[in-house]
Amino acid sequence: MTATPRPGDPVITPALVAEHGLTPDEFERLRNMLGREPTFTELGIISALWSEHCSYKHSRPVLKTLPTQAPYVLQGPGENAGVISIGEGLAVAFKIESHNHPSAVEPYQGAATGVGGILRDVFTMGARPIAMLNSLRFGSLETPRVRYLVGGVVKGIGDYGNCVGIPTVAGDVMFDAAYEGNPLVNAMCVGLLREEDLIRAKAEGVGNPIIAVGARTGRDGIHGASFASEDLSEENEAKRPRVQVGDPFTEKLLLEASLELITSGHIVAIQDMGAAGLTSSSAEMAERGEVGVTIDTRKVPQREQGMTPYEILLSESQERMLVVARQGREEEVKKILTKWDLTAEVIGEVIAEPVYRVTEGDHIVAEFPGVRLVTDCPQYHPEAREADEAVARRARDVHAIPEKPEEADPAWTLERLLESPTIASKRWITTQYDSTVRTSTVLGPGDGDAAVIRIRGTRKAIALKTDCNGRYVYLDPRVGGRIAVAEAARNVACVGARPMAITNCLNFGNPKKPDVFFQFREAVFGMGDACRALGTPVTGGNVSLYNENPLGAVYPTPVIGMVGLIDDVRHVTRAPFAAEGHSIVLLGENTAELGGSEYLSWIHGVVAGAPPACDLDAEKRLIDALLAAIAGGHVASAHDCSEGGLAVALAECCISREARPLGAQVDLSAWSALPLRALLFGEAQGRVVVSTAKADVVLEIARRHGVPAAVIGTVRSASAGLVITVGACAMRAETSRLSGAFHGALPRAMRRAAAETVERDPALAGGSR
Amino acid sequence: MKFGIVSFPGSNCDDDAVFAATETLGQPAVKLWHKSHDLQGSDVIILPGGFSYGDYLRAGAIARFSPIMREVAAHAERGGPVIGICNGFQIACEAGLLPGALMRNAGLQFLSMPVTIRVEHTGTHWTSQCHEGQRLTMPIAHGEGRYTVDAATLERVEGEGLVVFRYVDANGEPTEEANVNGSLDNIAGVRNAAGNVVGLMPHPERALDPLLGSADGRVLFESVLATVHA
Repeated sequence: MTATPRPGDPVITPALVAEHGLTPDEFERLRNMLGREPTFTELGIISALWSEHCSYKHSRPVLKTLPTQAPYVLQGPGENAGVISIGEGLAVAFKIESHNHPSAVEPYQGAATGVGGILRDVFTMGARPIAMLNSLRFGSLETPRVRYLVGGVVKGIGDYGNCVGIPTVAGDVMFDAAYEGNPLVNAMCVGLLREEDLIRAKAEGVGNPIIAVGARTGRDGIHGASFASEDLSEENEAKRPRVQVGDPFTEKLLLEASLELITSGHIVAIQDMGAAGLTSSSAEMAERGEVGVTIDTRKVPQREQGMTPYEILLSESQERMLVVARQGREEEVKKILTKWDLTAEVIGEVIAEPVYRVTEGDHIVAEFPGVRLVTDCPQYHPEAREADEAVARRARDVHAIPEKPEEADPAWTLERLLESPTIASKRWITTQYDSTVRTSTVLGPGDGDAAVIRIRGTRKAIALKTDCNGRYVYLDPRVGGRIAVAEAARNVACVGARPMAITNCLNFGNPKKPDVFFQFREAVFGMGDACRALGTPVTGGNVSLYNENPLGAVYPTPVIGMVGLIDDVRHVTRAPFAAEGHSIVLLGENTAELGGSEYLSWIHGVVAGAPPACDLDAEKRLIDALLAAIAGGHVASAHDCSEGGLAVALAECCISREARPLGAQVDLSAWSALPLRALLFGEAQGRVVVSTAKADVVLEIARRHGVPAAVIGTVRSASAGLVITVGACAMRAETSRLSGAFHGALPRAMRRAAAETVERDPALAGGSR
Repeated sequence: MKFGIVSFPGSNCDDDAVFAATETLGQPAVKLWHKSHDLQGSDVIILPGGFSYGDYLRAGAIARFSPIMREVAAHAERGGPVIGICNGFQIACEAGLLPGALMRNAGLQFLSMPVTIRVEHTGTHWTSQCHEGQRLTMPIAHGEGRYTVDAATLERVEGEGLVVFRYVDANGEPTEEANVNGSLDNIAGVRNAAGNVVGLMPHPERALDPLLGSADGRVLFESVLATVHA
């Protein structure tokens, strides 16, 4: 038996092959694997499976260098989600994934279905989702198109997660012209499971039925995976139909039904039909189980008439699952699905013969030799070479950039920085996300440096945060990659959690360009350095390449999703100052570094200089000292210094809790030898602002851990304002003005969006940056 | 005292309501499936938050026709205590158990934040342990929470003291700024004439533990316990 074309299949020409995103070499590889000409259906299958999105063909060799092991890692990369043990028989499943391209052309549905997809990745591990995070990057908020994208993406994320009932508790949002036309929308989901309920997506047991579960298959999202593997262009507006449409209500039903299926014992494997739909879910399950499968597309429940096998296989209709049940349990499976008003149809079977076969009734339309379908995928080792422009930007002496006259008063600069959308309060966004459903959110958006979710029935809690400063990675990918991990770790440590493991979402440009591949390789190496130093293995993630539009690539943005563990939830620590009279202690050391800062970008429009150095051993010591001080009950608040530097961190500690602001009296004269703007606004790493009633104890703990520490001031009432003295120079800012800048910026910008209509993306029309 | 928590397929606060009854009050609780006609001997009914049947049409518009709602209506008719929280409030209004309706928020955005409400009436099963004017802080999380009612009914609702909660500011005043979703007369919750059925948009079941920011919701559950035991 062999696959033969269906009547009406198009003739396979070089043009058709190119349209499917296959190079002539890859097509030759396909022919060699089959030993004959492929059918149209087979070409479609391969175009999806060998797309960058599904195959990681450019990224896999580099990804293999990342550390993935720790005694508590129950599931590393290669499954739907990573899983770590948190003790007491409980485990946490988590993963981050991108939905950049769909969100660029259809922000609402693109973002919503991104949330849906990552939810399914987590509950197919047998975990109940307990938290969502989002890492978002947009162009300048000054452009109407960006405001439209922000509005649509935020509403899409909110409507989906809110309806399913999973709290959206943290994330990070940055704005920079580099993301114009190619926003990044990365969604992370975290789930909780009992260790014994862990299930893997591995087809097993010859004769076991393969069941399609959930929504019916339609024509939406066909070739979404291939779409995600190309640069964006003006033509992409026409690819809007490739964006799927989400239905969170069905997702909620599917979630409950799937968890019921998993605990019922009637099934051996379950996988989301995500990117490349039925094709990749069935092929990957077969490959993991080292078995063959046969699928009859006529049996797949369809929502439209006359769908071809090609369309059925490549549809990315949402809210569908593929299940391998135990033989003879088909009716029990259907009964569970019926309870939730969902369909379940047997569409195929696990077979001993090592083939991947698709039929339409009796007619074989595709047949591949076994696991080679996935394993024979091409792998590339592209050339890597740093762009001259990046080298030149890094080498620039940023201290030579003249100050603006207004900067004579650093309070002016501080206010401007607080209203930079990257730094400003994200409350306009986070109030659209239900952050309190499931009644376990100890720290939600804006409460601390990371979100904290308690684990019911224990004293434990987990801390969650996403992070990445793409500007640092652009200026120095190795250092930027290290900082992304280190900052995420520092953030979870600030709330009192031990950093445990990460998931990552690697957003880069076109890997065939040597400068982009250089960024990719070096950033991954940098992440690996930090993961090894901080003891936080990588348990999985997602690679999103081709984040380019005619203006160029986005900043290389390897987003880190960090999970930390808190043994005693009473030790959770918030970011804002807690009470008047507390001492303010700075952990870490101030430096003259100014490169890559938000100050340079926002105040001077300059992206240059070397990003701050990242001393991983110092970061580790800082985290240990911080955790010791928090566990001892000595810390009233902790907030790390990141974008905007020490002055912004201090201001945030005073005014981030809008209803109850405080002031502070700070003396930095010990560092008066440093350039003032570097001291105030430079972004030296490894620094945390702590407030405490027991400064001497905190200093002693820091000394014991070899962490520089100093009392730099005292928390005052709001009416005292924020006063910072450096030698003869003193800066005083009213808390009300700082608060107005910080809390007002986003609402002001987004109010403008309400009155605008935006047709298409001007950034996609071409031109140069 | 047995709590029955109605589970529509899109309910997502039903587990939280179960925890409120069991962990906070130490009472037995059972989930009541929407396709069922059996209240399983529940003394108190909670219509929890969520998106009952997806609510793409209008929040709660389909849920009112579900089998379990016929039994809930009969329970309410008998004087049994019922509370509708968020989506449950929307459903109770759609089902005619409470006056009024919930429309899209004035700003057209979903709103998730803590709010302060003021107790306007203590003669209900759910506020008997409150004092009039008591301020409670608890989260809201809704896209359709703008309470509205026609002019004639509003006169009755206000005249007969059917308003149970109003959105207020830090000073306890029902200001425009405090009225985050644009509800008529800052109305956050209402009751039926008998006082056994109460509905509100804020989530008392999310405000039971200081660790999560507020324990102000407890008094509602303690009230129903006291009322039924009395």
